Amino acid sequence: MSTNIWIWIAALLTLAIYSFLYKDNIVYKIAEYLLVGVSIGYSIAITWYNVVIAKMVVPIRDQHNFLIIIPILIGMFMFARFSKKHGWLSKIPISFVIGWGAGVAIPLQFETSIVEHVKNTIAIPWFGGNILLLVNAIIIFIGVIATLIYFYFSTPHKGVIGKVANLGIWYIMIAFGASFGYTVMARISLFIDRAQFLLHDWLGLIH
Amino acid sequence: MKRRLPLIIVMLTGIGMIIQYFIPHPVSKAIYKQSIDWVIIISAFYLVLGVGGIFIINYQKIKRRKEGWWLSIITLSALIITALIGIFGGIDNKSVFMDIFMYIQLPMQAAMFSLLAFYIASAAFRSFRARTPEATVLLITATIVMLGRVPIGSLIYRGLPGITEWILSTVSLAAQRGILLGVGLGSIATSMKIILGIERSYLGGGE
Repeated sequence: MSTNIWIWIAALLTLAIYSFLYKDNIVYKIAEYLLVGVSIGYSIAITWYNVVIAKMVVPIRDQHNFLIIIPILIGMFMFARFSKKHGWLSKIPISFVIGWGAGVAIPLQFETSIVEHVKNTIAIPWFGGNILLLVNAIIIFIGVIATLIYFYFSTPHKGVIGKVANLGIWYIMIAFGASFGYTVMARISLFIDRAQFLLHDWLGLIH
Repeated sequence: MKRRLPLIIVMLTGIGMIIQYFIPHPVSKAIYKQSIDWVIIISAFYLVLGVGGIFIINYQKIKRRKEGWWLSIITLSALIITALIGIFGGIDNKSVFMDIFMYIQLPMQAAMFSLLAFYIASAAFRSFRARTPEATVLLITATIVMLGRVPIGSLIYRGLPGITEWILSTVSLAAQRGILLGVGLGSIATSMKIILGIERSYLGGGE
């Protein structure tokens, strides 16, 4: 059994969380509220070092980059929302971030979500590749088209379109099943990791 | 002015970020790098506002002795203590702050996520009924993927891990690619609407 106080704390808190499996109880609630507080405290300290010190204090103090004062002032407009008269000013920092995000997203999404996917879908190895690769590439090609047609609602899903859309449902169902199985196994892995921590690191029952 | 200024900022920052993407010049890259820092700095003020909100809500709960008020004391104490230890004690790997992260936050988060394994399994048991051919496909795929990723799967049938890999890299990939193409087109359309001032929900309802 471990003699490390931190291991004991981690083990007891893990058990406190698992106590929810029995029912919602006070021990679980204490752990839950503690987790919320610690997580926010963690974010504050990390933001303090990585943003306030690294991106505000150091550039102004050491590099004399006074341009940094502009986003600080823009950010401070956030506090204007507490004023009834000047509340609208709080929309300035929001607008800046939203506009920036939208502007960055357009070319980036076009390149990563559209061009790359289309390129990989139509790159069927007609020559040089083995027959299995060719079959897989054709399955992927048909699947992408069928899935896209299933989500295309401008035309009624009748006739050929309906049949292809129906094929799309089969592809989507297989993808959802695979995602579900994958997610369950990821959670099971986390549980195994926690069980290993309790039985090995804390109690020393397994080696 | 109150309504137009945020829209102008969104349009200018949005168009500016699109233009810089297509200019492969060091100045353009420097502007992009600087703009990331600006957005990070402005976003830090959101954290200040969010933490302020949490303080106010929990303080009111304690002051008015609402149900479970003493749990708010745990949240606020954990928040303050973690933040202060991080800010004044440092955040390097051997600090107390990192011990708090490693032995309090991380185990509780992992335990919380692994709890979902139990609930996903019980939800699946209740909802995964092979009522339609599509639901049957979903059920079979999920079972194959779950078994194919653990040693017992290859004991049942040696080819199961291979089938799992094939499902994930071919059929599932095709459907996911189709969905991602749709998501990409959707996010580009939304970004365009934001930049052009058609989508204004981020400004809130009132003035």
